[in-house]
Amino acid sequence: MLSYNFDYYQPKSIDEAVGLYQTLKAEEKKPIYYSGGTEIITLGRLNLVKTGAVIDLKGIPECMEYTLHNHQLIIGSALSLNTFEENRLFPLLTLTSKEIADYTSRNKITLGGNICGQIFYREAVLPFLLTDSYVTIAGPNGIRKAAINEIFYCTLQLEEGEFLVQIATEEKFLMAPHLSVKKRKQWDTGYPLITVAALKKDEEIRFAFSGLCPYPFRSKQIETILNNQDLSYKDRISTSFQYLPKPILNDTEGSSGYRMFVLETTLTNIFSVLGGEEK
Amino acid sequence: MNSYSANRLKITLNINSEMYEKEILASDTLLSVLRDKLGLTGAKPGCLNGDCGACTVIIDKRPMKSCMLLAVEAFDTEILTIEGLKDTPIQRAFVEQFAFQCGYCTPGFILICHALLLTDHHPTNEKITTWLSSNICRCTGYQEIENALRSVINSLPLE
Ligand code: FES
Ligand code: FES
Repeated sequence: MLSYNFDYYQPKSIDEAVGLYQTLKAEEKKPIYYSGGTEIITLGRLNLVKTGAVIDLKGIPECMEYTLHNHQLIIGSALSLNTFEENRLFPLLTLTSKEIADYTSRNKITLGGNICGQIFYREAVLPFLLTDSYVTIAGPNGIRKAAINEIFYCTLQLEEGEFLVQIATEEKFLMAPHLSVKKRKQWDTGYPLITVAALKKDEEIRFAFSGLCPYPFRSKQIETILNNQDLSYKDRISTSFQYLPKPILNDTEGSSGYRMFVLETTLTNIFSVLGGEEK
Repeated sequence: MNSYSANRLKITLNINSEMYEKEILASDTLLSVLRDKLGLTGAKPGCLNGDCGACTVIIDKRPMKSCMLLAVEAFDTEILTIEGLKDTPIQRAFVEQFAFQCGYCTPGFILICHALLLTDHHPTNEKITTWLSSNICRCTGYQEIENALRSVINSLPLE
């Protein structure tokens, strides 16, 4: 139950959504784009998000697209996470997204909502960082495409009035060997601690992380060290730690020291499965 | 549905195959409309945060947490609440297997079990665990709840 009311809009096209945002902004309604809406409802209940108007993106066909076309998998931002459990064209995405929240919640949480949300974890972005995917963004200046690794820095860098429409991933990445390991505080369903997703391409292993820092990330510098075949796995891991972004999360789910310990064992496991050469 | 420009709207909801017309606020969650405006109190308010599953309903054959859904989003869908289930196998199994204590979580658990059985008569163990993990029972009757679900599954013919 929210303590305040807002206007609700369900535009049928990208242009209508962008236009609505501009109009509502001019009316000082502080509009927000709404997809799954779980974060807006949760934070709205606590008065941590306040808006005069929500623009629901689920009526826009492009935001609901899921097609393999011209050797690219196109995924609409308003698709629920369970879509990827039922349609397994991108197994790493299936594996990563099925560890987010719980089954029923994944019927509501959407890809775009998870990636553009405020929570630290946002694991749904990891497969796209690893596959050099491209995002399509709509806003007052039209539609633009950008490499996700250039535009996702801590958060997806959207200008005011923009929203994520789709993500495109090249087919050649979809079936690459991969792993996604989610470690939790307790049990199989407890709160998340860290997630490491990895994908092997051209004999190199790519790594992306969530839950380690207050944002998900992939670092080329860290990857270079982790793939340095002149070093043992152990040395690669310890050397790479010097290049981790700061801060390492230190909260009730786990201290920073514990997170680093879990990271070390997780990376060791990933090496044993995806096996880069060890000296 | 066309764009709603109002924050107060008249909406028709299809609940348990009956049409309910009500004036609601755009920010009303489905849970609050069911309970406070329609008197359907089977869906329970627990955490109101998407964590516990006490408010679970079935929308177009999928389990949904009604505290995490605006009522306006449920327009043009088929909503099934616990009031819409009458003497189903899973309800009988909950009684026979003593799958509740205080009963607060029971409507949510029955509905998620029912939703699972609607789409899969013989789910894998992994699928059963995945689905049931969406809900919390503070009386910790998990084993009996799982037993109830499995007893229905075992009674269904193999396809
Ligand atoms: S009341 Fe909805 S999930 Fe707890
Ligand atoms: S029976 Fe009491 S909460 Fe489940």
